[in-house]
Amino acid sequence: MKKLLLGNAAVARGAYEAGARFVSSYPGTPSTEITEECVKFPEIWCEWAPNEKVACEASIGAAIAGTRALTCCKHVGLNVMADPVFTASYTGVNAGLVIAVADDPGMHSSQNEQDSRHYAKAAKLPMLEPSDSGECRDFTVLAYELSERFDTPVFLRLTTRVAHSQSLVELKEPAEPVKKPYVKDPAKYVMVPANAVKRHVVVEDRTAALAAYAEETPLNRVENNGSKTGVIAAGITWDYAKEALGDSADYLKLGMVYPLPEKKILDFCAAHETVYVLEELDPFIEEFCKAAGAKVIGKEAFSLLGEYTVNGIRSVVTGEAPEAPAVENGGIPVRPPVMCPGCPHRGTFFVLKKLGLTVAGDIGCYTLGAAPPLASIDTTVCMGASVSAAHGMIKALGPEAAKKTVSVIGDSTFIHSGITGLINTVYNKGAGTVIILDNSITGMTGHQDNPTTGRTIRGEATKQVDLAALCKAVGVDDVQVADPFDVKAFEQAVRRAAENPEVSVVIAQRPCALLKGVKYTGRARITDRCRTCGLCLKAGCPAIAVKDGKPVVDPAQCNGCGLCVNICPFGAIEKEEEA
Amino acid sequence: MSTNSIMIVGVGGQGTLLASRILGNVLISQGYDVKISEVHGMSQRGGSVVTYVRWGEEVSAPIVDIGGADTVLAFELLEARRALPYLKEGGKLLVNTQQIDPMPVIMGKAEYPEGLLSKLGEHAEVTAVDALSLARKAGTAKAVNVVLIGLLAKTTDIPRESWEQALAETVPPKFLEINKKAFQLGYTHQAEGGDLT
Repeated sequence: MKKLLLGNAAVARGAYEAGARFVSSYPGTPSTEITEECVKFPEIWCEWAPNEKVACEASIGAAIAGTRALTCCKHVGLNVMADPVFTASYTGVNAGLVIAVADDPGMHSSQNEQDSRHYAKAAKLPMLEPSDSGECRDFTVLAYELSERFDTPVFLRLTTRVAHSQSLVELKEPAEPVKKPYVKDPAKYVMVPANAVKRHVVVEDRTAALAAYAEETPLNRVENNGSKTGVIAAGITWDYAKEALGDSADYLKLGMVYPLPEKKILDFCAAHETVYVLEELDPFIEEFCKAAGAKVIGKEAFSLLGEYTVNGIRSVVTGEAPEAPAVENGGIPVRPPVMCPGCPHRGTFFVLKKLGLTVAGDIGCYTLGAAPPLASIDTTVCMGASVSAAHGMIKALGPEAAKKTVSVIGDSTFIHSGITGLINTVYNKGAGTVIILDNSITGMTGHQDNPTTGRTIRGEATKQVDLAALCKAVGVDDVQVADPFDVKAFEQAVRRAAENPEVSVVIAQRPCALLKGVKYTGRARITDRCRTCGLCLKAGCPAIAVKDGKPVVDPAQCNGCGLCVNICPFGAIEKEEEA
Repeated sequence: MSTNSIMIVGVGGQGTLLASRILGNVLISQGYDVKISEVHGMSQRGGSVVTYVRWGEEVSAPIVDIGGADTVLAFELLEARRALPYLKEGGKLLVNTQQIDPMPVIMGKAEYPEGLLSKLGEHAEVTAVDALSLARKAGTAKAVNVVLIGLLAKTTDIPRESWEQALAETVPPKFLEINKKAFQLGYTHQAEGGDLT
């Protein structure tokens, strides 16, 4: 049966068909749906881990114990995961282990544009890269075979356009789940120096064997159209090249991007007058080709930045300038993402902006608090960095800064890696206020449960982290819980916390407006008591705009959350219940 | 046959993803090779969103480039304008006349452009519809996406029954009746003319 599947869903399907039965991940766009799709197979144990490192370690454990395992992350999640990955390369696996990593060229939903292929080389692990959903399924199945055949974790690299594109997949019958016997083998699995020295030899031999495999595998195939122009491509750029050039070029399609097939590449280059390497982000394949002595054209003609396009590839390779669009988009207002109507973070940032605080930010929906008009965030680096960066800022700027510096971090992000920062601040006699934005869910990645929600990935009830008790347990004496929509009380809570010379925590508690259980009713209406002071507009709600000099509520956008009613100093905004 | 390309554009939260799924399902039912590209994550939060749908005998790229779309299905007027460079010369533009102010307009830093419909008409064959009103008529403002799918369905050679079957396969059963009504209203809609300003 053929089915239209998202690349991510096809990876999940592949893992299922290959008999994988353990999946542990932390959500991260554009990788999240792989794990969510695995949940649809009741035979697979699926879990959200608190962070990528834990997810990977749990998956390594499952693989060593004899069950095929999968862990998924976005490119920056791989940074968090890197520690166990580099040593799992030495231990190898027992049952297969696949690490799916999704890069985000063009940064649709990311803070940087790093290229995960460097990790494959650095950790000496094979990496496969599919071009569409069919290959996502096929390559995942193959990745498990390779993992066991070469005794290694295998990377499966996606990019946004493969992960989030749907194409047809031929579904196959699932294999029997792989269950290998667990055998105690400390020389292989206990990586103390004496053992690791020997395992390093195994790793180098394995890399050589994988390089030989790369020469013979049909993953790396030549498509001959009798052209003098050759194209070397992998992943989505292969689809783009086919679209742009069709039969007018020959192709070396690389399904395995590490290790690369040196002889195959040299033969292909020798057979063509001009060879282009098409790869988004870094010149990973290009540098390999050039080091091997092949003459190829890569980043001298293409950009290191963002995504490639069909028109761009066609214009470079054929020399024809792309046709100019009939109409230009200059002067049209942009539409950046904004917090949703009813977003609990809006109340928080409204207060932080009002108090003029220095705000160390973090990763989540609330990063949108950096955008005007709320524009209150001073720094955003990576998951967890708000708490630790604020600590460093306060130490650098002196004790007075403690009263003016806060960090904001979501519930899930706090558990991911904010808690270690808080422990650091307390332990090292730091100060400042940590505001935990507890909206009862992992929001930006599309509503995943986490250890603070009390529900598992399958929605079953489980133990729930008590955030207030956790903060107290690590040594924070001043912990308040406040509702960010009760603007006055919330402001007081933040003021009081900021005045405290010791570290303090404010838990801003209100659920995400998009959660099923959250039901606001009615619509806000701006009455003629409005004095057009413009304060409500400073909340940056997409449902309030100015028409003919006066703020008005767009009933199609308003969800009746009532924040603007609380903000208006003149009581000019009312809630209107629907007829 | 050559590859056909549709771009579905709108504002995050308007339900463009569901629309592309209905379209995808109907296209497979007709035996086509289909590729759909979506963007999830941050841009879904009230930003400009774009979904590409391509079909034919064999589709390579899942993305539509500048000048490559046969049809643009726009959920919002300004987003229709933003998609214009992607439309082929003389291509079809199906547009919901709903206007949603982007943040720069709300903040008074930019103006929502006036006379957009006539501007669109200079470059494309435009069919305009007040999909929000029709969706409310069907029973919920959330059905804007299905009204627009109805409008799109009318412009294709694919039998109406196939669309309705794809709709039934894609939306949750408890919302099927409302969505069938929304589809019907979009499908039977007579094009509105004129300028909004």
